[in-house]
Amino acid sequence: MSQDREFFRSMLHIRLVEESLLALFSEGLIRGTVHTCLGQEAIPVGVVSALDKARDVVCSNHRGHGHFLAWCGDARGLVAEIMGRPEGVCGGIGGSQHLHVKGFYSNGILGGMFGVGTGMALAEKAQGTGGVVTAFLGDGALAEGIVYESMNMAALWKLPLLAVVEHNQYAQSTHWKLEHAGQLAERPRAFGIPTTVVDGNDVAAVSRAAAQVVPAIRAGSGPQVLFCETYRIGPHSKGDDLRDPAEIDTARLRDPIAGVRSRLDAAWCAAAEREVAGEVTRLVDALRKVAA
Amino acid sequence: MTTYLASLQEGLARAFAADPRVYLLGEDILDPYGGAFKVSKGLSTAFPGRVITTPISEAGIVAVGTGMALRGMRPVIEIMFGDFLTLVADQIVNHAVKFRGMYADRVRVPLVVRTPVGGGRGYGATHSQSLEKMFLGVPGLTIVAPSHLHDPGTLLEHAILGDGDPTLFLEHKLLYPAALLATSPSLRISRVEEIPGYPSAVAENYDSGNPDVTILSYGGMSREIMPLMESLRGEEIRVLAVFPATLQPVPSKTLIDCAKRCERVLIVEEGTAGFDWGAELATRIYEAHGAKLAKPVRRLAAHPGVIPTATHLESRVLPGRGSIESALLELMS
Repeated sequence: MSQDREFFRSMLHIRLVEESLLALFSEGLIRGTVHTCLGQEAIPVGVVSALDKARDVVCSNHRGHGHFLAWCGDARGLVAEIMGRPEGVCGGIGGSQHLHVKGFYSNGILGGMFGVGTGMALAEKAQGTGGVVTAFLGDGALAEGIVYESMNMAALWKLPLLAVVEHNQYAQSTHWKLEHAGQLAERPRAFGIPTTVVDGNDVAAVSRAAAQVVPAIRAGSGPQVLFCETYRIGPHSKGDDLRDPAEIDTARLRDPIAGVRSRLDAAWCAAAEREVAGEVTRLVDALRKVAA
Repeated sequence: MTTYLASLQEGLARAFAADPRVYLLGEDILDPYGGAFKVSKGLSTAFPGRVITTPISEAGIVAVGTGMALRGMRPVIEIMFGDFLTLVADQIVNHAVKFRGMYADRVRVPLVVRTPVGGGRGYGATHSQSLEKMFLGVPGLTIVAPSHLHDPGTLLEHAILGDGDPTLFLEHKLLYPAALLATSPSLRISRVEEIPGYPSAVAENYDSGNPDVTILSYGGMSREIMPLMESLRGEEIRVLAVFPATLQPVPSKTLIDCAKRCERVLIVEEGTAGFDWGAELATRIYEAHGAKLAKPVRRLAAHPGVIPTATHLESRVLPGRGSIESALLELMS
């Protein structure tokens, strides 16, 4: 129950920060692009709950705000970064897709960070840090060749690498069935990589699965894959969404935040929601003011 | 007498001995094979566990090296042929060189990617190229290309243990068996270290005064240019040749100073002609010295087509002693 409360707050935090980012974009206070993970929040929150922030490493991708917030919680540093402010975690140079804090690295090139994460896992193993590297990738990135070069090496060298596949059904505007043959979860298994398929909209299930595989990886099992079935209820970026609204409405019925809320006390949730919303609104308003 | 190959082997071994964070990854690099060109011969025996043979996954292994570097190690990646650099371009251009800048200078990526380049061995169109011009101009990437007037092992050691930015290290295949030319009875050889750790080598075939022609070149072309300079000494044609250790950053002052010592400049490179190293240098020379040139800067490079396999066809395409001499005499006329 107390873990559910933590999960609820963290997922809500990600949701509200990202909704603020979309608002800031429409106000013209953010340039470039913003890839949100609306509907996928259970995955970063559930996975990071099993990691050791003192020694583990996260490699993230273009859709990385949720990973970042789950890892370090620094919403002000994130929003400022995306707004191009000097207070941003990379001084406004990196922006949405190029974020770095201790133990966290993101880049906007699909699949490439999985190879970089494989090298990081080799470094952790070689240096005996006990650290596990978690690399997040989507079903879109599973079409990049370097992913399979890296899976092969990670398995061959038994590296402490957790690949988290966020199977959100869409690569930008293209449904995964239009770009992939076969069953995606079978691909890592071909390299002998244990692959756990989990409901990525159930934060408790993701957390339980991560809590099983991360210690095994740390103990030397070699790489594992957590294959999370989910759905991106937001647009690819900003407002470019041409999917059937009925399909998105159906997916909303499985909103991961609503799922955990149903297990919690309604009054507690309402209070927590006011608190998190107030916190996000205050920091966004403060940045809005300095940017104006 | 130390060869270019032995110098590289020793330089690698020194870097391994100096720092336990140094690892080498590449294809077929374990003993007893020791790499396609034998640069890692003996290394896996001397440093077990730190020489890792990899699958044929060039992009993947450069990504792995980048990740290792970001996490505090000093990886060296061997790419078996320089032609395969096209496979690693994304990892170099959009990953390795980007992190320091886009993460606001808070990380370093001390990654060295070593690879043999150049023709002259009959390997044909896809195993003989000098593709470095595709990487010239990539910000944040150091590109080293030792001639046999350099001590390539010392340059490699510096690249591995040095300041921590991604480095592309180009070794010319034909230089591997060549004896290093630190000094010469008939030529004056000196070094100018404008870029710390990466001296330019300067050779002169006369005893005093200024040259008739200055040649700017690098890497394996030293093997063609040095014997030519010796023979031109007999004809009293005064030639200064300068071989920078780095193509990027450009030791601009050194090269322009050498160019300024005469009115004729010849630039020689083995890569294909057009949008090349020589174009950049010629521009810098014109900006600094243009009005004083007796003749336009002459640029000599490979014919822009495929490199044939047959010896007699390959030699027509790549710059060599004969075509360099013709270009030089034309410039003198």
